[in-house]
Amino acid sequence: MTKSELIERISESQDQLSCRDVELAVKLMLEYMSQILSSGDRIEIRGFGSFSLHYREPRVGRNPKTGESVVLEGKYVPHFKPGKEMRDRVNESIGQH
Amino acid sequence: MPESGALTKADLAEKLYEELGLNKREAKEIVELFFEQIRHSLEANEQVKLSGFGNFDLRDKSQRPGRNPKTGEEIPISARRVVTFRPGQKLKARVEVYAGTKQ
Repeated sequence: MTKSELIERISESQDQLSCRDVELAVKLMLEYMSQILSSGDRIEIRGFGSFSLHYREPRVGRNPKTGESVVLEGKYVPHFKPGKEMRDRVNESIGQH
Repeated sequence: MPESGALTKADLAEKLYEELGLNKREAKEIVELFFEQIRHSLEANEQVKLSGFGNFDLRDKSQRPGRNPKTGEEIPISARRVVTFRPGQKLKARVEVYAGTKQ
């Protein structure tokens, strides 16, 4: 499912908002969630999961083309931990598909 | 911004109310449907690709040996399907900037 399919499916499952409004809402939610993570804050959606940042230590990497060593600085990466309902629902589907 | 701690569904609904002028009931419903449709897709074993944000992928793990950490007893960990999130380039780049400002 892509973003545009998500917008369509949300539109079809409710009858108050136009497709255009749903599109704006989905884009705003994703933008806001990105903004929150970029400012170092967490996102916690009960039954879905939580997003937070994980720190990656600085390390010496290698340029795969030249073999040359490169110092890579420490950085933060986004991390998602599925919530219990998400884990259970996805796992229950294993026998069915 | 969330008043304290982590961002929740209520904060997202508040944002839709403030910036798009949806009424509070509509805003709350859209937030619920957003997460529900993603879960629905994943439980149908369908990957979710949200460009600019990231992909939710599914991985099937086979059974592996485990151990009860208290008793040391061996118990197999059953085969399972799990969700993984792969952040998109755009989100990764935005988050790395934070590293530069706070660490």
